[in-house]
Amino acid sequence: MDIFLQQIINGLVLGSIYALVALGYTMVYGILGLINFAHGEIVMIGAMISLAAIQAMTGFALPGPVIVLMGLLIAIPACMLLGYGIERIAYRPLRHAPRLAPLITAIGVSIVLQNIAMIIWGRQYIAFPPLLPEDTYTIAGASITLLQIFIFFLATVIMAGLIFLVQKTRLGRTIRATAQNPEVAGLMGVNVNNVISSTFIIGSALAAMAGLMVSAYYGLAHYYMGFLLGLKAFSAAVLGGIGNLGGAMLGGLLLGVIESLGAGYIGPLTGGVLGSHYQDVFAFFVLILVLIFRPSGLLGERVSERP
Amino acid sequence: MSLLQVRDLKVSYGGINAVKGINLEIHKGELVALIGANGAGKSTTLRALAGLEHPSGGTIHYQGHSTAHQATYQLVKRGLVMVPEGRGIFGRLTVEENLHMGAYCHDDTSQIASDMRQVYARFPRLQERSHQAGGTLSGGEQQMLAIGRALMSRPQLLLLDEPSMGLAPLIVQKIFETIRDIAAEGVTILLVEQNAKLALENSHRGYVLESGLITLQDDAKALLRNEKVRHAYLGE
Repeated sequence: MDIFLQQIINGLVLGSIYALVALGYTMVYGILGLINFAHGEIVMIGAMISLAAIQAMTGFALPGPVIVLMGLLIAIPACMLLGYGIERIAYRPLRHAPRLAPLITAIGVSIVLQNIAMIIWGRQYIAFPPLLPEDTYTIAGASITLLQIFIFFLATVIMAGLIFLVQKTRLGRTIRATAQNPEVAGLMGVNVNNVISSTFIIGSALAAMAGLMVSAYYGLAHYYMGFLLGLKAFSAAVLGGIGNLGGAMLGGLLLGVIESLGAGYIGPLTGGVLGSHYQDVFAFFVLILVLIFRPSGLLGERVSERP
Repeated sequence: MSLLQVRDLKVSYGGINAVKGINLEIHKGELVALIGANGAGKSTTLRALAGLEHPSGGTIHYQGHSTAHQATYQLVKRGLVMVPEGRGIFGRLTVEENLHMGAYCHDDTSQIASDMRQVYARFPRLQERSHQAGGTLSGGEQQMLAIGRALMSRPQLLLLDEPSMGLAPLIVQKIFETIRDIAAEGVTILLVEQNAKLALENSHRGYVLESGLITLQDDAKALLRNEKVRHAYLGE
């Protein structure tokens, strides 16, 4: 029982990070119909920039959490600028091109960003400095760290804020309208390019936070970390129903839990033949199942539009 | 003074010349119908006026200024508002959110609230359904919403693309009553319609578009009496 609860806790924490990243995929897909495969790399750049800033600040006599927070506050605007720039330079010129062209471009951008990161920060793993308190609590035989609590709490607050933004504000209404019909949004006086930019900027801010969280959680960052994380978050977005914000959140949490439970039980269930390093298989196994049995995802497309 | 002046407008896409050089002039306060058969280029003309298609030749002047190099959203800010073919309702936004989208270019909250009250007074059905998703409305209600939303933009020139399309005759009558009311309140209207009789009966002037060229233009009453129009478009 305690291993079950433990894996649920780990899964929810990991899943909340996946959810933040999945939101970036789903927002861009919702408005452009484009899978922004460079999104995982924005997460990586967010982790790298925040780590670089944190390392530069460790010399000062500041409390650890303050340094981490400042690293985040530097990484967020940097990633927003990066996300805006990627759309402006790489995707906008291809707006009316066949769908394959921007998709291939996205993969290209992803490779370019990986290589830039490798040149700047090197090929080695970068350790996250021990700046955060390592308190651990025990609940019903399962342990949970202060960092885990904090990641889950922060991710939840950010997602609630995003739901508020999209459902209750003028910008959110404009984003929803543009996602449904960009041409008609233009007829309302909406500058569609600005709306598209804003979704990239919002998604990239979430990616920066996820980047810091994931590197703090695993204690490392690496120029290649965005690839697998990005693919898993994309799977989470598809699982929930791509284009649907609630779906991305649900998909992220579910995927995190499935992955953790899978990693926890695959050893005992296979008599030790397969170990927990098969963890990564589950995300893609789920992706395949979803694509076969429910391609629109768990919460995909509800209200249809009349002609 | 002419609110809209179109000279030798040509529009082509995908290698097809849909509009082959037409002249149009619309004066402030007029209700003008552009009629023609399916595929004559009516919708293409209207889309070009709204900045949704790029002309391959000719000029469009709105309020005395060329609209070349102006995006649709910039024209909307200047009062050139279009209700698209098929109504273009945001199906997953509520009726009220759809109306708010119409007021996108305006930020005077109290005037927007007053505009919305007027739309609801004009179309009480919309008020009853204000919190329903736009996609759940009937075709007639969606057309009301599309017109109400366009009014929220405070149009000076309103372009209506096939407002009768797919609607029951009784509802079409209601929609045209509303269009006449809006025109009487001082909004200039250019109307594209396949239902030529209805369009001409409700308009001041009319243009007949055939295969991308304007073949007739006259007072609406004169067009209704015109032998050729009666034969080709009124089925008499």
